[in-house]
Amino acid sequence: MQGWLRVVIVAVFMVVLSGCTSQSAQGPAGASPPSTAGEQPASGELTVFAAASLTEAFTQIGADFEAANPGTKVVFNFAGSQQLAQQLAQGAPADVFASANEQQMDVAVEDGRVTADAPQDFGQNQLVVVVPADNPGDVETLADLAKPGLKVVLASADVPVGGYSLEYLDKANAHTDFSSTYRDAVLENVVSYEQTVKAVLTKVVLGEADAGIVYTSDITANVVNQVQQIAIPDDLNTIAVYPIAQVSDSTQPALAEAFIGYVLSAEGQRTLADFGFLPIE
Amino acid sequence: MTLQTRPIGRVVLSQRRDWHRIGLALLALPLLVFLTLPLFSLLIRTGLSTLLANALQPQVLEAVMLSLTTSLIATLLAVLFGTPLAYFLARHDFRGRVIVETLIDLPMVLPPAVAGVALLMAFGRRGVVGEYLSDLGLELAFTQTAVVLAQLFVAAPFFVKSAMAGFTRIERDAEEAAQIDGAKHWTVFWHITLPLAWPALFGGAIMTWARALGEFGATIIFAGNFPGRTQTMPLAIYIGFELELGTALTLSILLLVVSFGVLAVVKGLMRQRIGSM
Repeated sequence: MQGWLRVVIVAVFMVVLSGCTSQSAQGPAGASPPSTAGEQPASGELTVFAAASLTEAFTQIGADFEAANPGTKVVFNFAGSQQLAQQLAQGAPADVFASANEQQMDVAVEDGRVTADAPQDFGQNQLVVVVPADNPGDVETLADLAKPGLKVVLASADVPVGGYSLEYLDKANAHTDFSSTYRDAVLENVVSYEQTVKAVLTKVVLGEADAGIVYTSDITANVVNQVQQIAIPDDLNTIAVYPIAQVSDSTQPALAEAFIGYVLSAEGQRTLADFGFLPIE
Repeated sequence: MTLQTRPIGRVVLSQRRDWHRIGLALLALPLLVFLTLPLFSLLIRTGLSTLLANALQPQVLEAVMLSLTTSLIATLLAVLFGTPLAYFLARHDFRGRVIVETLIDLPMVLPPAVAGVALLMAFGRRGVVGEYLSDLGLELAFTQTAVVLAQLFVAAPFFVKSAMAGFTRIERDAEEAAQIDGAKHWTVFWHITLPLAWPALFGGAIMTWARALGEFGATIIFAGNFPGRTQTMPLAIYIGFELELGTALTLSILLLVVSFGVLAVVKGLMRQRIGSM
């Protein structure tokens, strides 16, 4: 009796283990995907990897897209573009990738997850300096960022917004309105390099940092009263161009195409504008 | 007849035992493989050349040094302040004791991110305590002190739990006998209690150190990420994963080897202790 039981348990394990390697083709009926999903373009689940700065705008766009296409479900993975590119490189399943810069889209292209001609620009963004509402560091101008002892939080250099922030410092440093030690003085004040633009904003909103650099689109209705903004003039600012592309091994190519089409449509562009993005010309 | 059947019975029995052992081993194997395979994969995929090329990079060395110093300070603080707390809890019964013990357990089971947010709410510039500290010119967020506090918060409970168990196990007779002989409380604690509880204290301290060394979530939220100042090994691994995989792999292996070494030494010591007692 006990011997039989043992044999059964061992046999079950063998089956489980072999199932892991051979992707059991004749799996139970319950596990097979609904066969209708392939026929209709606009139904099923779509996985979208999107830059953290797109969180609010794309959440809205996703809801609108679902409403316009009953039976679809859009699932988002919001993170720093560099994190998303890395996840794609490691084989994370996804249907659409929306990056906050070309560089990280290029990473996805190099890793073979996006075909070279797939990316399309869909929106633009620019930088703004934010300080907490009560402005503990007394930051009134861009030059004040260089004040000794100020606590500045930037995004890490590999995060798109972090790279743009460094570009701003370089441009300002070369500009006649700023001192030639501006860049170094500001970098001296950096207390943390965060992994997403949202983390930079949170540390400013919480008042832990005296100043930070984020995108204009990050100043959403939720936080607009909790921060003060200091605009960066156009000649010093960087226009961040956002590309979007279908992931080449997407299991939902038709749906992915439909979603990208919606983002580029007049309606999608209007939503992006509502959230502070600049239109693509 | 009985003499004849006995050996046969024994053979059957030992065969059964063999079967039993094989069956059990097969059941034990899947989880063992699952737990060890990823660790070996790290070693296999990194290779000696990557390891050597990255191990001496300044950013890696900075992270290692920072991790070692902060985690050792956190452990020291845990022992210093954890011993009286554990001793008190082991020796005194009071109303609400269970609640206090559960509160001490909490940091061990909370996601470290929760610990990070909680620490910010307490010691951040606008925090419950941090507000007053800030008035005194003491700002903790984004400093090495914040790294130590994050580690202490998530790791100290390991020491307190272990020390408490150690103190509780000691026969009260030995302490009481010494007290009857006129020894002072402090003398009894130092000469009787501490030596007897030593294995538990030591084991707890090592667990605390290992946990502090691996602390990530609370640190990145409360202390931020700045190379050489608050970027400990786990943070450098996380950032390296996006930026430079070689760095991440090298640091992962360093952490793995150190943790394995420490745990092995502790297990060896504890076994010796228990064996000699």
